[in-house]
Amino acid sequence: MSKPFTPKVVTANALLEGDVVYLTADDQWSRRIEEAEVIDEAAHGDLRLLHASAQADVVVGVYLAEVAIENGQPVPTHFRETFRTKGPSNYAHGKQEHL
Amino acid sequence: MYQYNDFDRDFLAVRNAQFRAQVERRIDGSLTEDEFKPLRLMNGLYLQLHAYMLRVAIPYGTLNSAQMDQLAMIADKWDKGYGHFTTRQNIQYNWPKLRDVPDMLDALGEVGMHAIQTSGNTIRNVTSDHFAGAAADEIEDPRPTAELLRQWSTDHPEFQFLPRKFKIAVTGSPNDRAVTKAHDIGLRMVERDGEKGYEVIVGGGLGRTPMIGKVLREFLPKADLLPYAEAIVSVYNLLGRRDNKYKARIKITVHENGIETIRDLVEERFAQLRPLFSGVDQEMLAGIEAQFAAPDFKTGSVAPFKAAYHEDSVFRSWVDTNITKHRNDDYAIVSISIKKQGDTPGDATSDQMRVMAQIAREFAHDELRISHEQNVILPHVHRADLPAIHARLKEVGLATANIGLISDIIACPGMDYCALATARSIPVAQQIATRFDELKLEHDIGDLKIKISGCINACGHHHVAHIGILGLDRAGVENYQITLGGDHTETAAVGERAGPGFAYDEIVPAIERLIAAYLDLRVDADERFIDAYRRLGLAPFKAALYPEAKANAA
Repeated sequence: MSKPFTPKVVTANALLEGDVVYLTADDQWSRRIEEAEVIDEAAHGDLRLLHASAQADVVVGVYLAEVAIENGQPVPTHFRETFRTKGPSNYAHGKQEHL
Repeated sequence: MYQYNDFDRDFLAVRNAQFRAQVERRIDGSLTEDEFKPLRLMNGLYLQLHAYMLRVAIPYGTLNSAQMDQLAMIADKWDKGYGHFTTRQNIQYNWPKLRDVPDMLDALGEVGMHAIQTSGNTIRNVTSDHFAGAAADEIEDPRPTAELLRQWSTDHPEFQFLPRKFKIAVTGSPNDRAVTKAHDIGLRMVERDGEKGYEVIVGGGLGRTPMIGKVLREFLPKADLLPYAEAIVSVYNLLGRRDNKYKARIKITVHENGIETIRDLVEERFAQLRPLFSGVDQEMLAGIEAQFAAPDFKTGSVAPFKAAYHEDSVFRSWVDTNITKHRNDDYAIVSISIKKQGDTPGDATSDQMRVMAQIAREFAHDELRISHEQNVILPHVHRADLPAIHARLKEVGLATANIGLISDIIACPGMDYCALATARSIPVAQQIATRFDELKLEHDIGDLKIKISGCINACGHHHVAHIGILGLDRAGVENYQITLGGDHTETAAVGERAGPGFAYDEIVPAIERLIAAYLDLRVDADERFIDAYRRLGLAPFKAALYPEAKANAA
């Protein structure tokens, strides 16, 4: 029996800046995970991944990242993805500069 | 130091123009990422966790003030006002934008610098002793050898698609400050019957399968260097495994085939190649050597130094900790710590870079070095100038007296920056350094090498640390393994794993228990941690790390 599908978001890095980005439900790329489309079903995830991967002139390294839902918003379940949502620990650089 | 000639400048200009066009084609969609990635990597450009990263070579760690100033300018103009010096004597910029990278490379080219072969399965930046040309124990300055190797390996057509990356280190001193035994090729300058040559070590390396290199040739005449190096890399290029990237480094090739087989093959290939090297390489070497002539050392009284040493205890502590004996008794080698407790190991701000450049111009014959231990060196300083240099460094937070002490930690960028990392390194280093600074124990503990890697690739050299820390991902949380007894010098050794790893919030207390045990166990203050470990073995240190296991056994 296959593992039950857990919620995910489509993420990548922006081609020009390298910033971590998330695919929104209306086909935009957002810097904020809160705005990402939460994918609850494997087949839909495959489709969204295909859609995102086709935008090679906008983003690099597309993949699905695991999330949990807290207060109605997606939050990463793995510490690596948590760092990607904010930036490094040693300076207030990256996304946390703007938060 | 070596100055680029017209050929070098033209080569870089053409190469940078080529890359500029490739970037444009990537941005306009003519190149896919799969097509572009190998091209950007050939020019030192990675895509990391939060941004691009540009890795710039500082060949054999040597640079002048104009180059340091340019690194500062690049940090200000195209990054966030700082750069990160690495264990491979590179500088990394963590936040460049793709479109800006060609301009950054042109700016580097203006001062004879580049990012070529700082990535990819090719011969990487050739590293060397950061005290080269200055050390009292030196047989010969290793930098001309390193520069010759740089010129030979740059864009070498046969060696652009090796099975894996390939790293060469050169030392001119019997005291190995270049970690030669942990390199694919390590060259140690030796003297035999009045002739200078190299001991050639091959197959060292860290990563997931750490190995200490083996001696391939006890004595290689200097004139045979390039054909012999070419023979080694050529044999590796043929034999090295391409079926499994984790078994592709030359250390595995040597391990699987045996050093005798490798030696036979290299000697056979060398015999074919030797006649092809007509002597032009030696003419080039002679030209390079002339550019590494010793500076015109100043003469003068060292009285101001002696007075300051006796009067100022802060200055005295800095001198005792950060100064190394120079081959000229009136001179000193200054190690500038860029490891102020709590700061990020290896990071220097653009202001700090400019101050170091100015000091080099004013007091240090315009020379700087980057050490594999992520510090900056002024190799030639007249002792009378040390008080003024110390005062300048203090103004910008660069006068920390901790070289070789517990807070002088090598730490790779870890998961804060690196896409390959499995855990963070930087905050662990920051916390250890801060904790022992609070305890005021650093100088009492004495010589101690802590090195931290954020993944099994071991960029932080943890295997050859007295205390090594390896960050891993254990079921989705950061976990840190400790190794003990590693050594990066001429008596190189791989550390022994102490036991199960520690959680992120447990690692600093574990190190504190370990150090407390050492302070209790050592014979006297002169017995270094590594010496106590060699005398006592793992058991008492393991007991300190895992007190609960000891309690359970009781």
